[in-house]
Amino acid sequence: MERDAAARTPRQPVAPVMLSVRIRTKRFAQRDVLGPLDFTLGAGEILAIVGPSGCGKSTLLRIVGGLDPDYDGTLTWSDGRIPRIGTVFQAPRLLPWRTVRQNLELVTPSGGDAGDALLHRLDLWPVRDAFASTLSVGMARRLAIARAFVIEPDLVLLDEPFVSLDETMAIQARQVLLNAWRQRPLSALLVTHDLVEAAALADRILLLSGSPARPIRTLVVPPDLRRAGGSAALDLANEIRQALGDHFPGDA
Amino acid sequence: MGRINWLRLLSPLLLLVLWETTARLLDSRMLPPASAVFRALGREILAGTLPRDLAITLGRVAAAFALSMLLGSALGLAMGRWRAVDQFFESWLTILLNVPAVVLIVLLYIWFGLNEPAAIAAVALNKLPATAVTIREGRRAIDRDLSEMAESFHMTRWRTLRHVVLPQLSPYLFAAARNGLSLIWKIVLVVELLGRSSGVGFRIQVYFQLFDVTSLLAYTLAFILVMQGFEWSVMQPLERRANRWRP
Repeated sequence: MERDAAARTPRQPVAPVMLSVRIRTKRFAQRDVLGPLDFTLGAGEILAIVGPSGCGKSTLLRIVGGLDPDYDGTLTWSDGRIPRIGTVFQAPRLLPWRTVRQNLELVTPSGGDAGDALLHRLDLWPVRDAFASTLSVGMARRLAIARAFVIEPDLVLLDEPFVSLDETMAIQARQVLLNAWRQRPLSALLVTHDLVEAAALADRILLLSGSPARPIRTLVVPPDLRRAGGSAALDLANEIRQALGDHFPGDA
Repeated sequence: MGRINWLRLLSPLLLLVLWETTARLLDSRMLPPASAVFRALGREILAGTLPRDLAITLGRVAAAFALSMLLGSALGLAMGRWRAVDQFFESWLTILLNVPAVVLIVLLYIWFGLNEPAAIAAVALNKLPATAVTIREGRRAIDRDLSEMAESFHMTRWRTLRHVVLPQLSPYLFAAARNGLSLIWKIVLVVELLGRSSGVGFRIQVYFQLFDVTSLLAYTLAFILVMQGFEWSVMQPLERRANRWRP
């Protein structure tokens, strides 16, 4: 079993590289929280970053998203310019005083039609004029996903986008994400501590150690299992878990 | 809800009845009955003096209010945003907050003369520090996650201020505005009483000298009614609108 998992551990993604991340170290309050860390993201690839809670995964996303410039390392974008990035934060971070539609219009002042289409697809159209403060947790998460996709990003950063959802709702939300991805394939960094979720969504899985986060291993999800979801993802997650043994403790 | 509205109506009516009865029982020039005050109010309105004085005073209130809210909010925002600005202006605010209103008024009249700019500046300076402190606390309470969201979606500074920051500040702005109005109109009357020859404050001083309590109360009543009308017709609807998203 371990040999199988290790066999799916190439150093480079199959698709052309969109982003190279090289972080020597990231310190916070006199403490190393990240690095050394070296990985690439392919164009159109979904790379899941999996690690124990609090290991620095969200910090890594903030660095890639340009929200935290205080680190020692480099981000190299393939065509030399920062692409359009849509972010789904761990908490939805909606503006409660704006309606569902207005939350989308805020990030795309001229993109009304694209926003309406997304609202239909994510089953938010009936509540389009409701204030975001009145949405259920599931609706708020779907709206946060719609907001990241409405700007037509080249890269999506997903920070535990399905956390705190019950399993049924999480499956629905994952499906929503995959549907959006199928409409317009793009690169994505998915931060999660859930191996099943990673196996259900990603092309590759980058496993990180506890804080300071360092790579343990990179795994390629077999093409026949990729985005298959359901029991196939669960089997793969179990296979990875067994292969890693003591290397990946905690709640993943 | 209906019961609460009835109580709201009943309360001032009861006060009027109490006033009228007490005044009639005492039968003194010191406390004229409500009916006499209302008659005096009608007389002053028909004569045109009260509307003119009221308009002048309201103009001063509006100018001082706008100035103190504008400068106070800008200062409060900057102090809440940047620690260095906060540290620099902290002592200025403490001084301004603790100087008695009447001292500021007298000093500005002495330094700049008994004129309109000095009068309005004196009122605005009295209110500015309280506004700045309130808005500073509001700025400090801004949700950093939402600001980060705005940054991640490359929202412009203006859009962020308008759609992300200001809605979070609105409870603080309303608190500052409401406190401001109640404080400013009282200070404006003092300013007029001390150094202007027009306005409600000036007229109150005249009637004080004449010992005409009826006209004095008529002017006070008119001003209270106008300010209460402003609260009901402008402040409360605006506040309801700003808070309509709250479930």
